[in-house]
Amino acid sequence: MKSLEELKAIREKMQGQVGFRDEGDDGIRVVVGMATCGIAAGARPVLTTLSDKVQEKGLDKVKVVQTGCIGLCKYEPIVEVIEPGKEKVTYVHMTPDKAIEIIDKHLVRGQVVSEYTLDMK
Amino acid sequence: MLPEISLNILDIAQNSIRAEADLIEISVLVDREADSLTVIINDDGCGMTAEQVASVEDPFFTTRSTRKIGLGVPFFRMAALITGGTFEITSEVSVGTKVKAVFVLSHIDRMPLGDINSSIHTLITYNTGIDFVYTYGFDGASFTLDTRQMREILGGVPLDSPEVSDYIKEYLDENKKETDGGAQL
Repeated sequence: MKSLEELKAIREKMQGQVGFRDEGDDGIRVVVGMATCGIAAGARPVLTTLSDKVQEKGLDKVKVVQTGCIGLCKYEPIVEVIEPGKEKVTYVHMTPDKAIEIIDKHLVRGQVVSEYTLDMK
Repeated sequence: MLPEISLNILDIAQNSIRAEADLIEISVLVDREADSLTVIINDDGCGMTAEQVASVEDPFFTTRSTRKIGLGVPFFRMAALITGGTFEITSEVSVGTKVKAVFVLSHIDRMPLGDINSSIHTLITYNTGIDFVYTYGFDGASFTLDTRQMREILGGVPLDSPEVSDYIKEYLDENKKETDGGAQL
């Protein structure tokens, strides 16, 4: 059985490091719909992929969060990218593969992947 | 319809989160001898009146204002009942709500448990203001993850920091495997 001992090492390593995650106003929020409709359509692996990749690529300004039903159930899984000073981008019918594309193109390089956005449907 | 038991658990726990629970206890207990898979979700949220409890199994009942349909509980209930299992909700205003679903393990219509660790990991790391006690049992063996214990050891280090998030993932994976020997459920 994995024990809680390892947590002590993590604490010692992290102690003193205050604010290792930038959650200021200039950050990008990536919102995943996680109500019954979203979960049924496959939002859980999309959410997991997004948070894993954001962590892996060290995108400190990006915060992945979840929300309830966005009200567009037939378009789920839905991912919204909210950047201060810019119009909200709504990606629909998301999959883990598409989520990786969104990270590489939109979150890293700032290019909206318009083939997956809502207004193209 | 949610195709895995673990997705139903993720969905039902959202109700506890919306009910402003501070503590959510989730148990998944497999007993091959009794041919059962039992799921219990217990919260200390705002609870429901007797009238609300009576109507929550009805898909046309919801407390939301965005839409008039709530499918979470009816989906979970139906998934348990079609296996010949049982489903019950007990609740008390200001005390909390308990949902218990028993699935007949060997029934052909029992949906797979699915990636339960992913559901639990998602719940913990995306709701760091809430404590979770997760227990997984398989026949005689079991393990428990209690975020209150983790917080005590971690001091101020948040549960969603990358190092702790990875640790929780490994904790769930290793301990589940040791508990059920990697059984396909």
